[in-house]
Amino acid sequence: MTDASMTNGGLNPRTAPVATPPASVLARKRGLREGLLPWVTTPLLLFVLVGGWHLYVRNSGISPFILPAPGDVWTEWRYLMVNPRGWNHTYWTLYATLAGFFWAIVIGVGLGVLIARIRWLELTLNPFIVATQVIPKVALVPLFVVWFGFGVTSKVIVAAVLAFFPILTNTVLGVKSIDEGHRDVMTSLNATRWQIFRRLELPSALPYIITGLEVGIVLAIIGAIVGEYLGGNLGLGRMLIERMNAFEMDEMFAILIHMSMLGFLLYFSIGVLRRLLIPWHGSVRH
Amino acid sequence: MTTPAQLADDGLAPAISLAGIEKWYGTRDAPVHALAATDLEVAEREFVVLLGPSGCGKTTMLRMIGGLIAPTGGTLTVEGQRLWDGENRRSEAVSELGMVFQDANLFPWLSIEDNIALPLELKGMDKARRRARAHELCQLVGIKGFEKRWPRELSGGMRQRAAIARALSYDPKILLMDEPFGALDAMTRDAMNLELQRIWMDTGKTIILVTHSISEAVFLADRIVLLSPRPGKIDTIVEVPIPRPRRSEVQASETFQSIALALRQRLAEIS
Ligand SMILES: Nc1ncnc2c1ncn2[C@@H]1O[C@H](COP(=O)(O)OP(=O)(O)OP(=O)(O)O)[C@@H](O)[C@H]1O
Ligand SMILES: [Mg+2]
Repeated sequence: MTDASMTNGGLNPRTAPVATPPASVLARKRGLREGLLPWVTTPLLLFVLVGGWHLYVRNSGISPFILPAPGDVWTEWRYLMVNPRGWNHTYWTLYATLAGFFWAIVIGVGLGVLIARIRWLELTLNPFIVATQVIPKVALVPLFVVWFGFGVTSKVIVAAVLAFFPILTNTVLGVKSIDEGHRDVMTSLNATRWQIFRRLELPSALPYIITGLEVGIVLAIIGAIVGEYLGGNLGLGRMLIERMNAFEMDEMFAILIHMSMLGFLLYFSIGVLRRLLIPWHGSVRH
Repeated sequence: MTTPAQLADDGLAPAISLAGIEKWYGTRDAPVHALAATDLEVAEREFVVLLGPSGCGKTTMLRMIGGLIAPTGGTLTVEGQRLWDGENRRSEAVSELGMVFQDANLFPWLSIEDNIALPLELKGMDKARRRARAHELCQLVGIKGFEKRWPRELSGGMRQRAAIARALSYDPKILLMDEPFGALDAMTRDAMNLELQRIWMDTGKTIILVTHSISEAVFLADRIVLLSPRPGKIDTIVEVPIPRPRRSEVQASETFQSIALALRQRLAEIS
């Protein structure tokens, strides 16, 4: 001890006691506070909302043709879940959504990468892309029905057209945001064009693209359902219109809830994709 | 006129040679003369430090040698091969170069070991051998145990070590380093300087390092190239005859102090 302080040129360093991490750090490691709390608070809030709805319907004497009681909607929803016809409609809506989403990704990411790279292409295409976005696309749905018929094709196209734009803009932003220093690394390593795309541009743009997908999937399901409203005889949108025309409010609400669940499920899947594809990114909490 | 091959026979071939290398940058208004025609030869296994005030063209010079920007005039050869064909870089000549930048520039989506092994992956080495090499290098630069972490989980100094390991991974003959320790605190910096000297002595590489720090320059260099600004050009070249391996204590020695003082005075005059 005395020797050490001598060789330290007369400095007198203190020895620190052995430290243990505080509880908050350990809790974060296991994800306790952030992970568990929502599993209590979210159902609680849901319970309060449904309870309020129930009490309002019972005490205000509102007509069940305007707002049905949650209990009746629940019964109808359970019936919908065991009804093969309901699942058939669900299947077609899901199909139109995912097929449209797929094409939106292919075109949005593909075109996005090209536009971000090629300046003249961006300048040429920009007015057209903006034009497709400023015309109210939903107003074009009847036109799509005329062009592509009452079948599923027109729904796929509406879903794709709606989902395409956020995917495209986010891809362009992602590819343009690549760090110049990272580019220098690849250049100094003599990387080929393909290696630069595969090892730098794609992973670097991925967080942006996934954000585009998150917006895109929600728009795709909206597109599919609006397409079904206006034509054909398949899909949840069609089913909802039918029930509404028949003043079956319980069933209509049950279908609405069913659609929302489908939306949740799809949005959640993109969240899973985010965790799988970009676990390194700040948007993913461990 | 002697050819590079003859020079090699005499054991005199420089690792890097700049003959009349010059750089103009085109800007929105007047073109900037970043580096006036410059001649410089760096011998095999030599440690050269570029020192100079801000904006004197150190980075410009290093980036031209590293194959990142084309010179607007002159001839640059690396290991006897011409590096630039006009605006085009000749990739054979680049393969002997490794660059370390001011920022670590690690890819945030790759683990530390994958970052270090990136050059090997690009060259098509198989995964098992890459891993083994990355682990070896982590040991060498002193970040053993952090192989599986994301870059954001490391401190600035550790990231810079990983960047050095990445440049060493494919064993280039020449290392080019642009203020690699600029962002570090004085103590980490001293430690990194010692380690760099050890790595350099162990591996026998040629190193060109850019710095703002006079003491870092004197501690590391065989030769210090002092640049002056507007336009950038070589002002003085100073030999540092301190024997190696140099330990931290040499900073207190008389030779060290007198070289540092002379550099400080000259820097004040040209800035
Ligand atoms: N891309 C560029 N376009 C235009 N001018 C540039 C560019 N890069 C550098 N310059 C100019 O060239 C000169 C030298 O720049 P350089 O970056 O080589 O300096 P430096 O010695 O590395 O400075 P520092 O020590 O601050 O890093 C500066 O006057 C700078 O403004
Ligand atoms: Mg610089």
